[in-house]
Amino acid sequence: MRYLPLTPADRQDMLKRIGAASIDALFTDVPEAARLDGPVDLPMHQTELQVERALSKLAGENTPASSVPFFVGAGAYKHHVPATVDHLIQRSEFLTAYTPYQPEISQGTLQTLFEFQTQVALMTGMDVANASMYDGSTACGEAVLMAARVTKRKKAVLAGSLHPHYAATTKTLAKYMDIAVASTAPDLDGLTGIAETIDDETACVVIQTPDVFGRLHDLTEISEKAHKHGALVIAVFTEPVSLGLVKSPGEMGADIAVGEGQGIGVGLNFGGPYVGLFACKNDRNFIRNLPGRLAGETVDADGRRGYVLTLSTREQHIRRDKATSNICTNSGLCALAFTIHMTLLGEKGLTTLAQLNHETACDLADRLSAVAGVELLTGTFFNEFALRLTKPAADVVDALVDRGVLGGVPASRLYPGEGLEDVLIVAATETNTPEDLAAFETALREVLA
Amino acid sequence: MSMNTQGRPTRIEHDIDPGGYETLSGSRGLDQAEPLLFERGSLEVTGVDLPTPKGGPNRLGSMKREGVIGLPGLAEPETMRHYVRLSRKNYAIDLGLYPLGSCTMKHNPRLNEKIARLPGFADIHPLQPERTVQGAYKLIEELARWLMVLTNTPAVAMSPKAGAHGELCGMMAIRAALDARGESGRRRVLVPESAHGTNPATAVQCGFFTDEIPADKTGRVDMEAFKAKLGDDVAGIMLTNPNTCGLFERDIKEIADLIHEAGGYFYCDGANFNAIVGRVRPGDLGIDAMHINLHKTFSTPHGGGGPGSGPTVFSEALAPFAPLPFIVKTADGAQLKMAENDGDADGEARPFGRLTAFHGQMGMFTRALTYMMSHGADGLKQASEDAVLNANYILARLKDVMTPAFDGTCMHEALFDDRFLKDTGVTTLDFAKAMIDEGYHPMTMYFPLVVHGAMLIEPTETESKSGLDRFCDVLLGLAAAAAAGDADRFRAAPVHAPMRRLDETRAARQPVLRWTPPVAEAAE
Amino acid sequence: MSVKYTKDHEWVKVDGDTATVGITAYAAEQLGDVVFVELPEVGKSFDQGDEMAVVESVKAASEVYAPVSGEVVAVNDGLEGEPQKVNESPDADGWFVKLKLSDTSQLDGLMDETAYQAHIS
Repeated sequence: MRYLPLTPADRQDMLKRIGAASIDALFTDVPEAARLDGPVDLPMHQTELQVERALSKLAGENTPASSVPFFVGAGAYKHHVPATVDHLIQRSEFLTAYTPYQPEISQGTLQTLFEFQTQVALMTGMDVANASMYDGSTACGEAVLMAARVTKRKKAVLAGSLHPHYAATTKTLAKYMDIAVASTAPDLDGLTGIAETIDDETACVVIQTPDVFGRLHDLTEISEKAHKHGALVIAVFTEPVSLGLVKSPGEMGADIAVGEGQGIGVGLNFGGPYVGLFACKNDRNFIRNLPGRLAGETVDADGRRGYVLTLSTREQHIRRDKATSNICTNSGLCALAFTIHMTLLGEKGLTTLAQLNHETACDLADRLSAVAGVELLTGTFFNEFALRLTKPAADVVDALVDRGVLGGVPASRLYPGEGLEDVLIVAATETNTPEDLAAFETALREVLA
Repeated sequence: MSMNTQGRPTRIEHDIDPGGYETLSGSRGLDQAEPLLFERGSLEVTGVDLPTPKGGPNRLGSMKREGVIGLPGLAEPETMRHYVRLSRKNYAIDLGLYPLGSCTMKHNPRLNEKIARLPGFADIHPLQPERTVQGAYKLIEELARWLMVLTNTPAVAMSPKAGAHGELCGMMAIRAALDARGESGRRRVLVPESAHGTNPATAVQCGFFTDEIPADKTGRVDMEAFKAKLGDDVAGIMLTNPNTCGLFERDIKEIADLIHEAGGYFYCDGANFNAIVGRVRPGDLGIDAMHINLHKTFSTPHGGGGPGSGPTVFSEALAPFAPLPFIVKTADGAQLKMAENDGDADGEARPFGRLTAFHGQMGMFTRALTYMMSHGADGLKQASEDAVLNANYILARLKDVMTPAFDGTCMHEALFDDRFLKDTGVTTLDFAKAMIDEGYHPMTMYFPLVVHGAMLIEPTETESKSGLDRFCDVLLGLAAAAAAGDADRFRAAPVHAPMRRLDETRAARQPVLRWTPPVAEAAE
Repeated sequence: MSVKYTKDHEWVKVDGDTATVGITAYAAEQLGDVVFVELPEVGKSFDQGDEMAVVESVKAASEVYAPVSGEVVAVNDGLEGEPQKVNESPDADGWFVKLKLSDTSQLDGLMDETAYQAHIS
């Protein structure tokens, strides 16, 4: 039991000091019927080597993205993370610190959060950002709740091309808050019919760009219409690298921008932990309605600049049943990873990285759409696009596995029963080599033949 | 003699008073001043090498960004120094005792980190073909099994991403169960005064409102007040056990029985599960739902504020309402698959919805299972016993000088109030800040709200006896200094930390939430 | 012009049928540095005891109740930029709202200065 420093002699000494006859004497408040006699029915302790062997075996049953030509996206993206990032987030002082409740001995966390907030605000073209949410989907749901508070309205409309898991998460978060959340039909153009839904009772419209099929949308017109009706526009993104190349949500008139930050600094991790990005305009009513933590600048008793968690009266530990959200622990270490990777990239690196992603995706789109039985459905895209195939996409993906290629996400997995069985969502990133693209093309040609 | 007088002088000058002086750099030896990234970096610098883009294809249409974002970069060595310097301004469990009550700051084994980084866990995508991730599904199922055995419950939802998210999971299941019974009118949720703020905040997000139950004089639920609040509008109770006063709720089974008789459900906040793992199974106490903070009880690192993970166990009554997604067997039983959409679940399941995009915090699952397997059934039990023993040892050593809030022994955390500081001019805050100068992170202070000037100390099983003795010696010394009238020392504290006390009023009155470029001098 | 007090530490200054409402110096001292005041909209009506405003310090948020029933005819916009007025001048510049009284008889149920001082001592 290598994690326990107390010796049997220590335990005896301590019990004596406490005045307890045995450890059981400290558990006498437990109802007798609920006291266990012996250990529960689980394996006994194991050595490091034993645990590592057992779990390595399970790890070995999975196919890592780096081991094959890999084109799976739809909300999580395979990018290269510099070694520096992983080293720095494993610094004891970052990894094993708690939430920075004592600012005098937490400036490392607080200053990096302030840097994170600034980077997120800049990238999204917004004025302020919070210190992170769990992931993009919960950020999206919280944004809708915030829009309802800000506008004092109870109606939200989601574009049908919003990632269906984001839509489901948002509807779940809103369902007991008396907010009516409706989605438009999942169409491959992405925004059909959404402008028509906006009226004077609409709290917000929620639009993803690039959307779940990879298509880019200009929000400028819809923002104008929404604002005329006093409604807010929430821009959603699942691929933060896109912000290096495309217009930002702020530039297009969005009021709140939320998204997934995983693509910068954070690995795939089978879905989590990720980092939710949450940014908005600098409006006092907005800021007071933000969910989650905020780091802010101030000075110490000697007048030196420092940082604290601030505007905490919005939060659950102070406001309790009137808090803007119940969130407490967020995604601090992933936010740090994001910030460090972003610092390494800088504007120059981010722009180049985004350009490489886009070019790789364009190459792949050219190659795959040349295959017989493939139609490219997405005209403007960043690093992800949708294909219509002559066979069911789920079967095609399965057949591609046999050929050693992980070739995207069948739209039917996200939109079951919506008539999208023949649609495949494909992502390409800077990690894909020309050989990967060729392998995918060849395999797809075989499968569709 | 040769009289070689070259080389550095070695005599120490003892009679010089250096006085206090500000350094030219703002650094203080190893505590180096570090400006913001935005004041260090430049738009032209990057710390990564990437291939040169071809510059050819463009399918962005009119969506290409034209302007500058304004993101500075740093070269790799500069990046390293920037963040290492900042890291050194943080306290950490790896540096010392971190006695934050109800936070369970225990050692984070590095084997956990190693396992979590195996490519087979870290480098797999949540939507890649299911037959390529069977090992990941098995790991989630195995962790789920451990959690269900340790709690004696029949179901667990794995997707919640933190404790509060788990609370939401549990309370939404309760709401869904009530709706399914046709009793949507039950909206009142009973919450003790001593509850975490997340409890009332969560209840409200599920469309409930809360009704506070007072504590009795022993620090537990006042049973008479509780009984008086039961009625056919009650949806349930949210109760932390052991509670936030560090006490086991002796009447918990009666509470469970009464809330069930009244037609409500029992949500147990599992933040303090570390006190009882392997000794008490919450399912045996009559709970209907409980979240488990893997980042507290099962040693996944807190990371300066997350990520956490909050799997939520359910009783038979609530199990059908568990959210999507969850793992099921394929029709032939040969493989595991993720039920991701409403149609994927079998006849019994009536999921209340979805809490997050994917399957939960896989990176935390790997770490937690690594920890649990390392400890085993025997080690987990021993860890809880040591956590309780350590807290009681602190209580025993301090109780004659500091003032325990309640009589008797405690569970895994010891609660003191500020009576021992009465008339000293020293507040709980001052006392906590003085601990910083002594090299310790303060305890949780001013929580729970039921105690005046609360100080809640949770040492966890990570501390050795000698470490606890040093800690107790310091607290006793500080209490003596306060009693001796040395209030100024406390009010000035900390003076040896990277920063003195920060002006939180200023931060809140004129919020500065991001860096902005200095306003350029007007052109002449 | 008489000043009345509630047990929840609001003060009321009555001038004709208009009541100016604020929080007492004692309350302001207990709250600590006020960092934000959330005021109701002009035109809104409150019954006696309704939550009418929120006053926030760094550590806590407290509700301010309507000491008497009435319609809001003015709010102290100055508190938006300078919430510290509540600490610096709780009984004058730090006023919160002006209410048009709907039931002057409610004033009889409030405390006078002497009774309030006894209440907080």
